[in-house]
Amino acid sequence: MKFIFDKDTWQEIFDSIKKNKMRTAITIIGVMWGIFLLVVLLGAAKGLENKFNNLFGSFATNSVFVWAQSTSKPFKGFQEGKRITLKMSDLENIKSEIKGLEFVVPRHQTQAMAENDFKTGTFGIYGDYPELDKVEKKDLVYGRFINENDMIEKKKVCVIENEIYKQLFDKDEYPIGQYIKINNINYKVVGMYKEGQVKTGGPQGAIHIPFTTFQQVYNRGDSIGWMMITGKSGFEITQIEADVKLLLKNLHDVHPEDDRAFGSFNLGKEIKKVTGFLTGMQFLTWFVGIATLIAGVFAIGNILLITVKERTKEIGIRRALGAKPWEIKRQIILESVFLTSLAGALGIISGGIVLMMIDAFLGQGDEAALLNPTVDIPVILIAAATLIILGTLIGLIPAQIAVSIKPIEALRDE
Amino acid sequence: MIIIKDLHKSYPMGKDSLHVLKGLNLEIKEGEFVSIMGSSGSGKSTLLNIIGLLDTHDKGEYFLNGQLIENLDEKKAAILRNKFLGFVFQSFNLITYKNALENVALPLYYKGIGRKERQKTAMEYLDKVGLTDWANHLPSELSGGQKQRVAIARALVTNPKVVLADEPTGALDSTTSHSVMELLKEINREGMTVVVITHEEDIAHETDRIIRLLDGVITSDERTKKVKV
Repeated sequence: MKFIFDKDTWQEIFDSIKKNKMRTAITIIGVMWGIFLLVVLLGAAKGLENKFNNLFGSFATNSVFVWAQSTSKPFKGFQEGKRITLKMSDLENIKSEIKGLEFVVPRHQTQAMAENDFKTGTFGIYGDYPELDKVEKKDLVYGRFINENDMIEKKKVCVIENEIYKQLFDKDEYPIGQYIKINNINYKVVGMYKEGQVKTGGPQGAIHIPFTTFQQVYNRGDSIGWMMITGKSGFEITQIEADVKLLLKNLHDVHPEDDRAFGSFNLGKEIKKVTGFLTGMQFLTWFVGIATLIAGVFAIGNILLITVKERTKEIGIRRALGAKPWEIKRQIILESVFLTSLAGALGIISGGIVLMMIDAFLGQGDEAALLNPTVDIPVILIAAATLIILGTLIGLIPAQIAVSIKPIEALRDE
Repeated sequence: MIIIKDLHKSYPMGKDSLHVLKGLNLEIKEGEFVSIMGSSGSGKSTLLNIIGLLDTHDKGEYFLNGQLIENLDEKKAAILRNKFLGFVFQSFNLITYKNALENVALPLYYKGIGRKERQKTAMEYLDKVGLTDWANHLPSELSGGQKQRVAIARALVTNPKVVLADEPTGALDSTTSHSVMELLKEINREGMTVVVITHEEDIAHETDRIIRLLDGVITSDERTKKVKV
């Protein structure tokens, strides 16, 4: 292996590359393009994945929302069209009967006008449990979320979204400790959070007050507007959804096959659709990238093959002067490996630059199309190694052909 | 230096085979200046290729420098060529993208000699053929005669036992041809065995011994009496 570190070996390779600038350039561009595409595609796919993770990151992704509607089938003496209301007792039943639950969070919701001095707006008002912060992680800027004490004492406190802060407060005003009026009742602001990409509180923004306060203020007795249920990891949320609905049908004397009595929205299922799409895209990325890479390596092989034919005479001369077949072979293989490695390095660098540009122009902030597009170093190393191995293998073909031509045939003048 | 006994060579031509050399016997001693003559198809190039280890023979014996040549693989042949033989071709066969000095130094590279020594030795031989000033010129910047001088320097640089020249003057005009032959003579005077293949009578007559080939057999083998010196 001494020849690899021999200056003369490299001198020979540089001479031959310099002599054939066009050929070298085309070869390098072929492979560079392949690895460049692989890097950029993988980076973009990663960016998209990051983006989706960012979108849904604040959610417990294996969650389902359940609410009550009216029946569509008569059952047990009740006519169809019976209105159903979820009750706090349903909650206890669900918690005790269904396996694999992480949280069951009941919620109430209404629309109301809120005011602060002369600023007003109509917003979604939510009656919430402290657990909501675990199901939909709130990115608190100031203060805290609703706590147990608020629940027990039915305190008139609220947590507001930054949209509402913008509408009801002056810029740079500190909201915590201030009072806002909702339906003419004063609530003390205890927290303000920044909403992520998905507006869980609706388009106008959300004000959260303790669930117990909501029940009392809006006279809801022990009813529940709707509930959010999250499953522990390892439990299929679709199964939980079905079990919960069946249990509720049983508790509320609803026909087991009545699909309209309870409505639900399975967030897990919706997110799975998106992540399934992401997986498909990653597969496509790899497929396209690797296929391009292989095409590039074949281009190198092809060009080397043509080169060998062009250089038959030169190879013949070298052999007449005493070059051993192995010396000719290793030179061609080394040339191929050198070219693929150089092209690979250039491809990785240019791909990296493009990713940096994407990151700079598209990759930051809430509106980012691709968030932090990156490629893992091991992935790059594997791609580069594959490239070099393929380069060696493909270099073997022209090398073999080069030495299989007898020097005498190569030297013939015609 | 070269001993050939009952040498046969044929080339397959489709179903038939073309019998090119039909039992040659030849001995060339060290320090001789020999020309092999013959019209095209007489087998002279084949003979040179076999002597030059670029081709193999079918039957008979060939001794180069006392060594019996048989069952040579490419690697052994390459080593022997590098060690014992220097080639001069009709079309020069210089490597186009290397300058004169690098072309001369190339056989030394395959001999495994270090860079500095290669340059030094190559320069000495370029000086010998009078092309010191042209060392850094590419073959395309040299005249035909100069190219052939570079090729001769290249053939000599490994200090071989035999220099084989295949129509060395075939691509040159008569004045240049003459000077190239003078150079070969001078090399011969220094003790080198030189074998020239040619179909030109006057070139052949500048050597000491003419071997004539016709249809694969030697028809005559005579010493020349130098008319002019």
